[in-house]
Amino acid sequence: MYKLELEFDERLCVTCPTYYCLVKCQYMNIDKETAKAEMRKLINGEDSFVLRECVTCYACEEYCKRGNHPFYLITDLQEKKGILPMPKPLVTQWVNIGVPGRKDVQQFWDAKEPVISICLFPEYIDSIQGKLFENVSVILGRYFFCQLAYLHFGKPSLIRERLPGIIENIARHGFKEVIFFHDECYSTFASYAPAYGIKVPFRPVHLFEYLYNKLKEHEDEIKPLNTKVAYQRNCSSRLAPKKEHFVDEIFSLIGAERVTREYDRDNALCCGGIIRGLQKYELFADVQKRNVEDMVNAGAEYCVFNCPACFSSLSEAVAKKGIKPIMMHDLCKLALGEKAAGWK
Amino acid sequence: MEVTGMDRIYESLVEIAGEEHVSNREEELYIYSQDPGLMEPHRPDYVVMPKTTEEVQKIVQLANKEKISIVPVGGSLSLSGLVIPCRGGIALDLKRMDRVLEVNEKSRYVVVEGGITQGKLKAYLERHHPSLRHSIPDAPPSATVAGNIVIHGQGRLSQQYGFNSSMVTGLEVVLPTGEICKIGSCSVSPFWFSLEPLPHLAGLFFGWFGATGIITKLGLRLYPKKKLRDIEVFVVEDPNLVPDVIHRVTHTEMAEDIFVGAQPYPLIFKDIIMIGICITGDAEDELEFKRKMIWDALHTYIDSKEGGFMMLTPNIKHELLELPTSSTTRFADVVKGGGFEYCGPIIPVEKFPEAFKKLLEISSKYGITYGHAGRVIGRCHCMMFSFGYPFNRADPDNIERTRKALHESNVASLDIGGVPWKPEVHAQKMIMDKMDKNTLELIKRIKKLLDPNGIMNPGNWEVE
Repeated sequence: MYKLELEFDERLCVTCPTYYCLVKCQYMNIDKETAKAEMRKLINGEDSFVLRECVTCYACEEYCKRGNHPFYLITDLQEKKGILPMPKPLVTQWVNIGVPGRKDVQQFWDAKEPVISICLFPEYIDSIQGKLFENVSVILGRYFFCQLAYLHFGKPSLIRERLPGIIENIARHGFKEVIFFHDECYSTFASYAPAYGIKVPFRPVHLFEYLYNKLKEHEDEIKPLNTKVAYQRNCSSRLAPKKEHFVDEIFSLIGAERVTREYDRDNALCCGGIIRGLQKYELFADVQKRNVEDMVNAGAEYCVFNCPACFSSLSEAVAKKGIKPIMMHDLCKLALGEKAAGWK
Repeated sequence: MEVTGMDRIYESLVEIAGEEHVSNREEELYIYSQDPGLMEPHRPDYVVMPKTTEEVQKIVQLANKEKISIVPVGGSLSLSGLVIPCRGGIALDLKRMDRVLEVNEKSRYVVVEGGITQGKLKAYLERHHPSLRHSIPDAPPSATVAGNIVIHGQGRLSQQYGFNSSMVTGLEVVLPTGEICKIGSCSVSPFWFSLEPLPHLAGLFFGWFGATGIITKLGLRLYPKKKLRDIEVFVVEDPNLVPDVIHRVTHTEMAEDIFVGAQPYPLIFKDIIMIGICITGDAEDELEFKRKMIWDALHTYIDSKEGGFMMLTPNIKHELLELPTSSTTRFADVVKGGGFEYCGPIIPVEKFPEAFKKLLEISSKYGITYGHAGRVIGRCHCMMFSFGYPFNRADPDNIERTRKALHESNVASLDIGGVPWKPEVHAQKMIMDKMDKNTLELIKRIKKLLDPNGIMNPGNWEVE
């Protein structure tokens, strides 16, 4: 049904004037000549130190301004060559995490649009409330799990194996649009699936786009927060950089000042969770330290998260430095005078 | 009307403990006839809840006079039926004797009454002595401190300091013949600081399940309570790696508690073995230093990709760090049948792979699922290895298969060189069948010497 092969244009790569994909990598120190040579190896399917040192932060997908897919190329080669970024038992564990169990509901026939998928984050169901989510139906569970996380585990073929069934299940509901709470789900349907020729018969809606539009509807009820915030980008936002403008637009609507700092936007640092999972503890500690210090030095009062997994891995570290961790949708709720349920 | 022998005993118990603390009513006898495990129930004839050592003494004297059995009862949570009155008699529930009598901050010990629960002692220390803690087992808070001691329980500090019974500093015991006896420094001094350097008489009461006396007071070591506590979970797929992982981590002497877990459900746990490593510290730097030492100790397995540290969410961390861990019961009942039973032998750590293999074989043979939990005791000196089986209380066939699996687990435990922990009466007999004959004779003589009328928790450690 699908060809499931990466649409990677070799010509775009060999004629690239910058090789930013590797040159801008925050975790490997690579100059342009080395980048060129290593990319050539990767294109030829040869071994490269990049395959072993990659921390799977996804950022090279964004650094490539030619719309090629260096990160997908890297992860496919890791698997082909049996290079596991993660330890074997963690891979086993995560492969099993995606298998539906008896608690997973396959069909939500009562769900009516607008519909939001909260994927494998049932703990956030209590926070999908209030004016921003009035009349929204929630779908969740492993039958809706986007599978993209396997890019971190050297198992991208599992995504391609499972994703068509997930898409089919969602499509069976007849939804025209699905809002994705987790940026990673959105990026799966908006970036990964097209890159492998997988058709998506519904329009994926980024949570921030949805939040922005809802805030506009309630603009007259917004009480500006007048606060300074640091924004923690997540890995999958690198797959959907076109949606990043909503971050600034939302902050502008709710009166949050995005502090100017070193590790933001293109230069954002990973939350550290995956780096820890890769068992690179010293790098993890260094990345988190630099990131949090940067937020502190910039005078941030809140650290705003896009991704629940980033929230899990970084919230304790920012809180210890006196910065309040909060998910974006909860911050928006504060601006409407509602409670942030995510602070349980 | 003629007063029967039974009525006479009831009246005597009322005279000793007061009417409201004695019962022979069916509904209460029913409660004391069982524990949550799989052992056959048997009703006592009376239940009594004394308040003082003197009342305990009088009840024991009465039992000797009437030649009626006594079963000392704590939380009734052993799951192996150790307080099921298999020959009836008096169920002597100690839970009214639940006071904290003394805390010595400088010498770090506490003196408590024999019925105090783990939950009450923990709450008391948190409120009045926040820099001190005791070794809390992963039993419900209603488990009693003395009950845990007499079964050689383990707790969160057992990796550092051994079995919880090794932490006892003194005892007050009512002997089966009614004498009140003090053991340890408290027998010659007002201080309950140590069992040593006197002849080690405490062993006459530990591991005997109340068959040699009733502990009415005990002194217990307390330990520094660090301000910070964190956890790492190392996972492997190959059970053969577990002993060396434990060996390496214990070598660092950086860990507080080390426990092991493995079960096929939920799927996140399938095909992996988790080794939980708790660390404590008074400052972030201390915690990080310990964490780094432990990570470094396991770098070989990390480099080979055979093992790695799990990514823990704050929620999972919170659950694992709870004292006691409330998720234990949730995971124990993963099949939602309301029942859980386990055989938890103490084994050499090096025997983990063999025990684990047997667990999988037995569970597969009887078509039941399993849940393994283990705890390292001492610096890799030994470990508790549980052959745990959730079961459906409404399914007699499932119960029967679980019983058979438990029996086979006891056999396997002994075969691999381990010793069943808090064994039920049947497993005690299996142990004694294998025991050195002179040891067995010594047990027999001690029991006869201390309990000439055989009234104390009969059925337990009875040498044929």
